[in-house]
Amino acid sequence: MLEIRDLTIAYGKHIALDRATLNVAQGTMVAILGANGAGKSSLLGAIGGRVQPTAGEIVYRGQSLLGRPAHLLVEQGIALVPEGRGIFPGLSVLDNLRLGAIAKRAATGANAQMEEVFALFPKLAQRRSQLAGTMSGGEQQMVAIGRALMSKPDLLLLDEPSLGLAPIVVKEVFAALSRIRETGLTILIVEQNARATLELADFAYLMEVGRISGAGPASQIKSDPAVVRAFLGGTLAKTR
Amino acid sequence: MSRIILPLIGLALLAIVPLIVTDYGLGLLIGAATYVTLASAWALFSGQTHYISLATVAFYGTGAYTVAVLNETLGYGAVLLCAALIGGTIALVVGLATLRLRGVYFVIFSFGLAELVRQLITWYEVNVTGTLGRYIFLDITTRQIYWQMLGLAAITIALTAWIHRSRLGMALRVIGDDETVAAHSGINLARVKLLAFVLSAVILTLAGAITSPRYVYVEPSIVFNPTISFLTVIMALLGGANRLWGPTLGAVPLFLIFEWLSSNFPDSYPILLGLLFIGVVFLVPNGLIASTERLLGKAKGARG
Repeated sequence: MLEIRDLTIAYGKHIALDRATLNVAQGTMVAILGANGAGKSSLLGAIGGRVQPTAGEIVYRGQSLLGRPAHLLVEQGIALVPEGRGIFPGLSVLDNLRLGAIAKRAATGANAQMEEVFALFPKLAQRRSQLAGTMSGGEQQMVAIGRALMSKPDLLLLDEPSLGLAPIVVKEVFAALSRIRETGLTILIVEQNARATLELADFAYLMEVGRISGAGPASQIKSDPAVVRAFLGGTLAKTR
Repeated sequence: MSRIILPLIGLALLAIVPLIVTDYGLGLLIGAATYVTLASAWALFSGQTHYISLATVAFYGTGAYTVAVLNETLGYGAVLLCAALIGGTIALVVGLATLRLRGVYFVIFSFGLAELVRQLITWYEVNVTGTLGRYIFLDITTRQIYWQMLGLAAITIALTAWIHRSRLGMALRVIGDDETVAAHSGINLARVKLLAFVLSAVILTLAGAITSPRYVYVEPSIVFNPTISFLTVIMALLGGANRLWGPTLGAVPLFLIFEWLSSNFPDSYPILLGLLFIGVVFLVPNGLIASTERLLGKAKGARG
């Protein structure tokens, strides 16, 4: 569904992403794992049309995405939940969700889609008239994801949905993601929380300082001792 | 219903006031109506998007200068139409090139734009036409100017009210909150910002055109005075730039205060003006309407 080939992103002399190649098959959940500064956000920025790659290709359903502005991606079925939640604090939950349906492809059946979002996040249904800015971090993340779902995406891009959330809230967010995953939506998730992400994902790429250092089915990655040490908090992390 | 009827009654009352006030009073009314228009039109674009524009006077001055150049060759209606077209075209060209600038870069650019227009006109007048000042002699009474400006103010506020409820208003608010999310929700950032910028600029230009006969003698340093841009911003901010009546609420009292200060303390007026600017930004950063609502909310909370 989404193919990325030899994608390179450089800010001046600094190379943020070095010839990354990855593949997202329809109906799967693919994770990109890595620490701060590994180049994960640059990669999502390039797919989302905010960052101009220096070289390489991004192909979605046979069409190149390079040079396409963000608002057109929505019409093609790509929804992005940016890092830091990306909600509109001054608007109610309901208005935040309605906003997600502003795209042409979502214009028909917005109400039905809203019901689906409420079914995925019952909490949002209870608090539909609350101002989004007054909600807890985890609830705001749900609003952001719900908003993205309102555009009826075929591909959902998530940029660090667990960032800055308390562990118990992270659990809640991932439980919601697992429900979304069951609907068959294709998901590309960028995360630092490797353990929780690997529980859900089908396939994972590991990133270190701007390059992809490993890839494999999530079940396999989970049990790889090198990965456990580097990404899942092994002995090294414990002594810190 | 009262949200429509009350403003209409107010408008009707304001329309008959010039029949009973003195010439000085009428001058004050025109000034107040002009600044209500300028501040409301400024807020139409800047209030929701948080793009602070200091280019108000670029359009206002362009409007006044259009009248000064064309008033002897064209009818008044045609002159106004030309002014609107010229203002809109400048905004379109400038907006296409610069609305991707954000924050302080846009502020500085918009300030530079006003200076650029002023210097270009000065250069053209000195080197090509050979005259710097121009006279505006139009067969328009002061009352007619007031009624036109009052009408423009009413149209601006009605337009703002309509935009606030429309998809365009929603898109503008969202752009002001977070452009990244707005784009990923499917909003065409460039088109929405440009549309609002051009609408706002056309009104600013018309305000300059309508008020220009009051100047009689026009030259670039008069109609492109940057103080007009600053006053507009501070008025809109005082009332609350993202509220429908905010700019009006800021413009009327501030205009009266400025008038009083400039006639009573002509020498220290700029100093007092600066202090007032600082005061507004420090004391009511969210605008009077929001501050009052917060105070009322607190009082309610204390009682309940």
